[in-house]
Amino acid sequence: MQLCCFLSLSLPRAGLKQGPSEHIDNDHETSLPRPKWNNKAEYLLTCIGFAVGVGNVWRFPYLCQIYGGGAFLIPYLIALVFQGLPLLYLELAIGQRLRMGSIGVWNSISPYLGGVGVASMVVSFCVSLFYNTIVAWVLWYLFNSFQEPLPWSQCPLNHNNTGYVEECVESTPVNYFWYRKTLNITPNMETSGSLQWWMVVSLATAWSIVYICFIRGIETIGKAVYVTATFPYLVLTIFLVRALTLPGAYEGLIYLFTWEILKNPQVWLDAATQIFFSLSVAFGGLISFSSYNNQKNNCEKDAVLVGVINSATSIYASIPIFAILGFKAHTNYVSCLNGNILALTNDFDISDMNITVENYEQWFDSLNGTHPSRVSDLNLKTCDLQTFLDQSASGTGLAFIVFTEAVISMPGSQVWAVLFFIMLFSLGLSSMFGNLEGVLTPLHDLKLVPKWMPNELFTAIICLLLFLMALIFCLGSGNYWLEIFNSYVGSVPFLIIAFFEIIAVAYIYGIGRFSDDLEFMTGHRPNIFWKVCWLVISPLMLFVVLVAYVAVQAQTPPTYAAWNPDYVNFPDTEVLPYPDWVFAICVLLSSVPVISIPLVAIYRLICCMSGRHSKDSLHNDPNPYANEDYVVERARP
Amino acid sequence: MVSKTLNAPNGYKVRISLKTALGEDAYEWNQSEMFFFQATMAFAMRRHFQMETYNVDNIILCVQTSRVSFWFVVTSPDNTTMLIPKADVEKAVRMSRHRINNAFLLSDRTLEFLGIYPTLAAPVNPDTPPWLIVFGVVIGAVCVGIIALLISSLLQKRRKEKGMTEDGQDEEDMQVKGVENGINLDGTYNRGFTDDDRFTKL
Repeated sequence: MQLCCFLSLSLPRAGLKQGPSEHIDNDHETSLPRPKWNNKAEYLLTCIGFAVGVGNVWRFPYLCQIYGGGAFLIPYLIALVFQGLPLLYLELAIGQRLRMGSIGVWNSISPYLGGVGVASMVVSFCVSLFYNTIVAWVLWYLFNSFQEPLPWSQCPLNHNNTGYVEECVESTPVNYFWYRKTLNITPNMETSGSLQWWMVVSLATAWSIVYICFIRGIETIGKAVYVTATFPYLVLTIFLVRALTLPGAYEGLIYLFTWEILKNPQVWLDAATQIFFSLSVAFGGLISFSSYNNQKNNCEKDAVLVGVINSATSIYASIPIFAILGFKAHTNYVSCLNGNILALTNDFDISDMNITVENYEQWFDSLNGTHPSRVSDLNLKTCDLQTFLDQSASGTGLAFIVFTEAVISMPGSQVWAVLFFIMLFSLGLSSMFGNLEGVLTPLHDLKLVPKWMPNELFTAIICLLLFLMALIFCLGSGNYWLEIFNSYVGSVPFLIIAFFEIIAVAYIYGIGRFSDDLEFMTGHRPNIFWKVCWLVISPLMLFVVLVAYVAVQAQTPPTYAAWNPDYVNFPDTEVLPYPDWVFAICVLLSSVPVISIPLVAIYRLICCMSGRHSKDSLHNDPNPYANEDYVVERARP
Repeated sequence: MVSKTLNAPNGYKVRISLKTALGEDAYEWNQSEMFFFQATMAFAMRRHFQMETYNVDNIILCVQTSRVSFWFVVTSPDNTTMLIPKADVEKAVRMSRHRINNAFLLSDRTLEFLGIYPTLAAPVNPDTPPWLIVFGVVIGAVCVGIIALLISSLLQKRRKEKGMTEDGQDEEDMQVKGVENGINLDGTYNRGFTDDDRFTKL
């Protein structure tokens, strides 16, 4: 009986070779044609913009720095070729063939795996929440870059104008501006603090900009990506030229060319996860974008193009980032030395500017030789360029602390700050398109939108709902919550979804059927490389990465770094464990999105066994190619 | 070797960094400049006390180094053996600090009176924070854009509902693909049977 159910529920090969070459693809409820891209360039730019996000700028260079550029690139490229590109090709192909969002597509492939689509939609929803908050932070810094002097370059005075604010003096002006003026962060997670109105305002701006780009669906997105997808490259080039002329740039670039033996197995895990999250597969957004395509589109070339451009962008972005980090290290080193020089000059009454950065060593040695006790009383700092170079940061730390500090020392700081934050904004916005598309298109395809509601209103309601839910990140403890969402929602669920995706297509849909589809779309069957990847290599790699990732996460204790001005070792961050209720939420965040996969499977099984829905499924998820006259009706026992 | 703590309870140490301040244009610190300093300090004392006539002889300098640094004490004009207390000298210096700095083309940082801390510059507080202005511009543009797009969508729908065919995508597609009643037809749509009363209204 179960076999019968399975056969009658799985849809037949709907008119693959004998169907008409032109097709009708109407959304059945409105009889409006499915939207389509104005031209191929818009589609490619949208996919590239979705894949290329802030992670390419602030995560990839960090990984290159801690593992050594040369050493990291090898596992990264291997992961791209054997894991990233097959997954990308797979998603673009099924979206283009089945012409539906993620829920519709997975329901078509196998109703038991409809949960994969639901999981995709739920994780896209959660990611949209916190990702746009990061965009809001970038907007806040952008708004503040139009000032002279930049607000993060100096400490503010305290209320009776006798000195500088103590918290700022003990840390740095840049840290103070980020933790106090931007986030107004609370000392721990239990203290929620209040809503920071300037953050709410920035968040509202971010969601308004996202809404205006989504107003007419891919018609407006397609116009917006001409700017948001290309502008970052322009800014990166400008930064490249500027950064290479700065002092200290060469020392910074050394990291890209260090070559260590791949002795640390962690590097493989980081490379695989970086490629995976960087390509934005398993969000459902890529499936949605390719579903608006013409069926006879060569998605193989598109997939390879998007994947290669994504990795090339990461590598290209590392060059100015490293050059600027080298410049920052050099500046810190010089000011450290200048502090020592001033101390020596003042104490020994040496003529002004006799000791310079160049001859500091000789002066120090001679003075230390003649008056060692006096020199040691001065408590001079040890200034080592390598120590400054080794300070690495990723994520928001790189953008809002390290980079802003470097920008202060560059002549014309406002221009560089504005350019940098506009670039980050473009990167974030084009990724948001994909995130939100992964939420909207399945809802449209599930026909959850009432017929009387125009699309603009529906999009507005979803954006408003996401904005209100994201207000939690505008609280004093918002940054801690964002880190939780980032670590627990934006990681394991995607690996699980991608694993089920590839198993579904390779084994349940069948590689033979899929090859036929690809032949219909691209004109040739996929070569042996793709088949081997889909059948063996990619699922295996995904499984290993998933297990290794969970194992590593299970070993790290669940703690977070809190900014507490009353901490003994301030300005170091205080490492606190998560409270129990927070940890329960973390577990929920990881498991609830993927729980839909088994739930939907069990639900379908139950319904099938009770015999109620066996015929309805064909009508519930109408595949335009399912010509019902040709369904073979199996005899029901 | 000079001890840092000279036994001068009423004296101040002055430290001047000419090369740091002026670089290439630094002038040479010689006896004339020292005389100028004495004159400037006498002026500062006169300005503060206003009654007593201080003179260059009342400013006594000692322990000059090549740093450039030196100590000075101020004697009373009536009685040259009596020293002016430290607090009074400090008040006089604070009052005329700006004039003293400018006399030597230096700043608070390069002409230091050790023990007299410069008052911190009051922060410039604009009435509206600059970021609000930028935010206002951006959100205004976005709101105008949203309203414009919504209105144009609404107008498009109204026009479609009234049955007037849009010039543009839909009509072209219908002509090229020959879609009628949702069924694909081959060939070009024959416009001979369209309702073009709107053109000829005689």
